[in-house]
Amino acid sequence: MKKILAVLLAALCVVSMAACGSSAGSADTIKIGVFEPQSGDNGAGGKQEILGMQYANKETPTVEVGGKTYKVELVYADNASSNDKAPSAAQNLVSAGVSVVLGSYGSGVSIAAGDTFNSAGVPAIGVTCTNPQVTSGCDAYFRICFLDPFQGTVLANYAKNDLKATKAYCLAKQGDDYSGGLVNYFIEAFGAENCVSETFPDGTSDFSTYITNAQTQGCDVFFSPVSTEAAAQIIAKADAQALGMPILAGDTWDSNVILDAAKGTGVEVAVTTFYNEGANPKFDDGIKAWINSDSTAKANNGGNDEIAAVSAMGYDAYYFALEAIKKAGSTKPADVMKALPSNTYDGVTGHIELDAIGDAVRNSAFIKKCNNETGKFEFVTEAKVQ
Amino acid sequence: MKILLPYILSGVSVGGQYALIAIGYTMVYGILRLINFAHGDVFMVAGLVMVYLAASTPLYIAIPATILITVALGFTIERVAYKPLRTAPRMSVMISAIGVSYLIQNLTLYITGGLNKNYPEIPWISDKITIFGTTTTRVTLITPFLTVALCLILVWIINHTKIGMAMRAVSKDFETSQLMGIRINSVISATFVIGSFLAAVGSVLFFTNYPGIVPTSGSMPGLKAFVAAVFGGIGSIPGAVIGAFIIGICESLIKGLDTILVTQGVMASPFGFATFSDAFTFVLLIVILVFKPTGLFGEKQTDKV
Repeated sequence: MKKILAVLLAALCVVSMAACGSSAGSADTIKIGVFEPQSGDNGAGGKQEILGMQYANKETPTVEVGGKTYKVELVYADNASSNDKAPSAAQNLVSAGVSVVLGSYGSGVSIAAGDTFNSAGVPAIGVTCTNPQVTSGCDAYFRICFLDPFQGTVLANYAKNDLKATKAYCLAKQGDDYSGGLVNYFIEAFGAENCVSETFPDGTSDFSTYITNAQTQGCDVFFSPVSTEAAAQIIAKADAQALGMPILAGDTWDSNVILDAAKGTGVEVAVTTFYNEGANPKFDDGIKAWINSDSTAKANNGGNDEIAAVSAMGYDAYYFALEAIKKAGSTKPADVMKALPSNTYDGVTGHIELDAIGDAVRNSAFIKKCNNETGKFEFVTEAKVQ
Repeated sequence: MKILLPYILSGVSVGGQYALIAIGYTMVYGILRLINFAHGDVFMVAGLVMVYLAASTPLYIAIPATILITVALGFTIERVAYKPLRTAPRMSVMISAIGVSYLIQNLTLYITGGLNKNYPEIPWISDKITIFGTTTTRVTLITPFLTVALCLILVWIINHTKIGMAMRAVSKDFETSQLMGIRINSVISATFVIGSFLAAVGSVLFFTNYPGIVPTSGSMPGLKAFVAAVFGGIGSIPGAVIGAFIIGICESLIKGLDTILVTQGVMASPFGFATFSDAFTFVLLIVILVFKPTGLFGEKQTDKV
């Protein structure tokens, strides 16, 4: 009896595997891969970036290529915010036959997956991954957002000129390309002699000692561009221990996770970001109406209709990709890859144009501040670096 | 001293939380000779249950209900995943424990969608207080006292009650105590019930201090608590508690070592000790295992003839 059961189980496994493999798309569909974290440290951010793409896909579900109308299908792969799971998630997209890939939120996973896309010849468009290594070492990777050297400089200038800070405490996550890289560029621009830099290991939930370190060393700004999950803990501890200095962070912190954590506390939070809500009322109203009408979308957005900058970027990335596909006049990845470098698009986050490496030419970022009473971001300034 | 105080405070608090989890590991090991890898995940589930319950019920219902559900979960895990393997080799039970751990993590991943859940704020214990110029939350102060009190009660139960006597007997000799008329299964269930109860209390303290739960939230505290249990001598309850406090305080001091040394003028520039805080915990485990394999308060190995 047991033997029969074992054989049955094995057969069941084989059948279910086969079922996975046989999902071939119809001829009139073009597939766009969505390479985003849907779980792990950056799960919340990844989901918000996907929201932008889903909304864009809902708005424009078809694309005309060579006189024929194709239905655009989004194919999802969860890279679980983990550098070692990223290549297999990327491989899943390649195997699914996507024409172009969008993502990922988080630079580390994009760098890790670069090789897979490169060897398969599938172009990838980085949406909000800001580390220079994403595109510099990989021909298949392009991106539509600004880079960390720029963002780090903007933040350092803001700390020095607007916050009048003289000593900065920098906290990055060990082995994390995004926060580590951004901290380095910040230190470069701020002056290494005026910075105290520390890292915390994966799985840390006790940030109280780092807060104490910053206080004891007499710092007057706390820079920690880490994942939103760690951010919530840092803000809670900063409030509990009366940190007494503003917290600065990069684009990842432009999220309602941060707003929820900072609401009702005495912690001052300022972030740089890609998009300022209100810049494009038509997009704002449209995506809000959609989020409010779709309960899954609302849950993925953290339970409210606050628009994250990454959603706006995801929206633009989708249209940028459609533009490239139209330009290529083909659904083949290789043709789309050829069309990408000269592709341009005017999106809700501004004009997108790529340079020789495949990075977006952008020279301005928005700085926003968290209002602790209303729990919303307030626009501070638009920073430019030439 | 003033500069050390905040580090010691946070270390004692973290240590207390590790201790509550470590007791669960050490008790189960003492009786079943099983390392219950799912224990850290039970701790995480207790946190999640609290998040969902607090959203719909007032705290005076949510907290007891959370503890009850966690205890029920611990009991069920034992009945479903460990009891059928009572006569199987010890390794099979261990692997079953690892399986349960992954099952729980992935189930919660499915239910929560992998997103960070914010722990509800519990009034009074999350209030801010200032002691000797250091601002912290009340829960930081309460944790060590509550831990020590629970530990003392537990030791009393084990030494002075019927079920405690049965537990000691079972941990000494499984088969013989069965022959003496002790109902093994109820003793083991009681062990899991107590362990899960403490994990639930620990989760309330831990997540009030560090709000934010993801499916892997239980693994790091669980691992550290396990190290604490081994450090103190696995099988010994006071050992687990003392081991947990030592690990908590050392970890916190190492994270602050750079700052302490630099501000005291011992070192000119930081060395980067904070990076090694986790490495330290596990090096400590290795050193202890090399020099004192039974831990600080471990049982003496006696050969039975």
